Amino acid sequence: MSQAGQATRRRRSATERRARRGGRGGRGEQLMVPDAEFTSYYGRPVIRQPVWRTPDVTGYLFLGGLAGASSVLAAGAELSGYREVARVAKTGAAGAIGLSAVALVHDLGRPGRFLNMLRVFKPSSPMSVGSWLLAGYGPVAGAAAVAELTGVFPRAGRAATVGAGLLGPAIATYTAALICDTAIPAWHEGHREMPYVFAGSAASAAGGLGLFAAGLDDARPARDLAVAGAAVELVAKRRLLARLAGDGTQNLAEPYETGRSGTLLRVAEGLTAAGLAGAVLGRRSRLVSAASGAALLAASAMTRWGIFEAGMASARDPKYTIVPQRARMNGATQPSGSSP
Amino acid sequence: MTSGTPDPPRMGFFTDTSVCIGCKACEVACKTWNEVPEDGLVLSGMSYDNTVGLGASTWRHVAFIEQPVSVPAGGADGVRWLMASDVCKHCTESACLDVCPTGALFRTEFGTVVVQDDVCNGCGYCVTACPFGVIARREEDGGAHKCTLCYDRLSTGMEPACAKACPTESIQFGPLDELRERARLRVSDLRDAGQDNARLYLDDPSDGIGGGGAFFLLLDEPEVYGLPPDPVVTTRDLPAMWKHVALAASGLAAAAVALGMRRRA
Repeated sequence: MSQAGQATRRRRSATERRARRGGRGGRGEQLMVPDAEFTSYYGRPVIRQPVWRTPDVTGYLFLGGLAGASSVLAAGAELSGYREVARVAKTGAAGAIGLSAVALVHDLGRPGRFLNMLRVFKPSSPMSVGSWLLAGYGPVAGAAAVAELTGVFPRAGRAATVGAGLLGPAIATYTAALICDTAIPAWHEGHREMPYVFAGSAASAAGGLGLFAAGLDDARPARDLAVAGAAVELVAKRRLLARLAGDGTQNLAEPYETGRSGTLLRVAEGLTAAGLAGAVLGRRSRLVSAASGAALLAASAMTRWGIFEAGMASARDPKYTIVPQRARMNGATQPSGSSP
Repeated sequence: MTSGTPDPPRMGFFTDTSVCIGCKACEVACKTWNEVPEDGLVLSGMSYDNTVGLGASTWRHVAFIEQPVSVPAGGADGVRWLMASDVCKHCTESACLDVCPTGALFRTEFGTVVVQDDVCNGCGYCVTACPFGVIARREEDGGAHKCTLCYDRLSTGMEPACAKACPTESIQFGPLDELRERARLRVSDLRDAGQDNARLYLDDPSDGIGGGGAFFLLLDEPEVYGLPPDPVVTTRDLPAMWKHVALAASGLAAAAVALGMRRRA
């Protein structure tokens, strides 16, 4: 019977196969410890591929972060008297959150029923929490921008700016819980580090937008936020990958280091580093500041896209589901509670 | 239910794969009773399994595994057939239900997990949360669908269509307590008869999903059948996630304060 031998295919991991071919591949791909062999049902995935799409959900992860952190920047700049940056950040926040609402509704299987999100409030569902956050934050961020751009109701506008600044941090970070509270191995197992990656990436993007759009005289808060955010993002991403790599037998860092997601994240890291350097060193050049801001914005978008794709890749291959669960059962590795 | 009527006991499935003959009557009965639409007729190359897996329009799926074995006495090579009818596990700790933002997914009086099609807005969160890859979104209507454990039949005292149609009682339906008791006896009988690989899967209330409302007797490792060996409901880690989100958000809020306090010269 010709199929008999294939009925339960025993597969070597991609890493091991690459190593046997002579170690082709970029840095970070040549792990010394090969994955354990594992069994699957005809190589089929155990879990389901998310139905979330690019650019809807990837765009939302980026724009939500940009909006939330822009509101943080707007509030800080408003209180410290940096009018131009405050104006840019308020406009950016409202525009980004408006676009993300469109993206979220568009991604629904039944867009006409988007209001069903507000039927219940469930802390057990990050999407429910996020829907209520958006319902609260969106109008406030919008009001802050309208008051800023039209000059009407200045005191209400100032209150809205502060209110959006209070809700912004939650908007920028809850999306980490949104993707980690899933069965997707490369997302779930990174749940302790992902919120810091998202916070850093959001701050870096919002600071980047300020650097890009505001004049040199007024850019200081944007520069400070961009530098702090980019630094946090770089460190948090490294910690995320260290956690996911574990002792090498689980190798959940692999989806972040290989394929399209790996390319996106490597380019993103380069852009973040370049933007960070430019923001620090180019503070007397309008051109360098603007270019740094643009690099940080692009880096943030590519980071979210890369993380999204890494999760999709980890859902496609059953080894990322089966091998860590086997390891957990065999006690061969620490349960995922150990700290880095 | 009228007031005064006691809640029914938790009902479930015990699928004893050791007596499954791969007839797929469960698949047909499920499709027919629930009017689940046709979702592709393809040759998969996976033994007799052209159904391939559970999905939005496949709520029972029979897996076929042909394992080469050598017979010690005669030295001849042979094949061991494994057949198993898979279904939604109706988890005690149910990720799909936890993450559903609309309340479309709910737990019935029978302890089963069901989607209310008129509420679901197709966000797809349940699809991403299920550790078994069971629930899925149907392209045609944009909504999430899965096994209801024949909620309509249960409500009128009937057993689910698949269990009714199963000719070998591989699919057994009943109060979960009784099924667990019966399954323990069955697995010890099989082990006594020399089936050392017989084991129960998802029968234990202390496992990562709090035990399944549908559980299985398997003759090999779960992953051989396409099942995760040690599934854990994702929401067990949600408190830790919220804690880290709160810390990260606090960092951003602190940034706002720091920026606000550095007044322009």
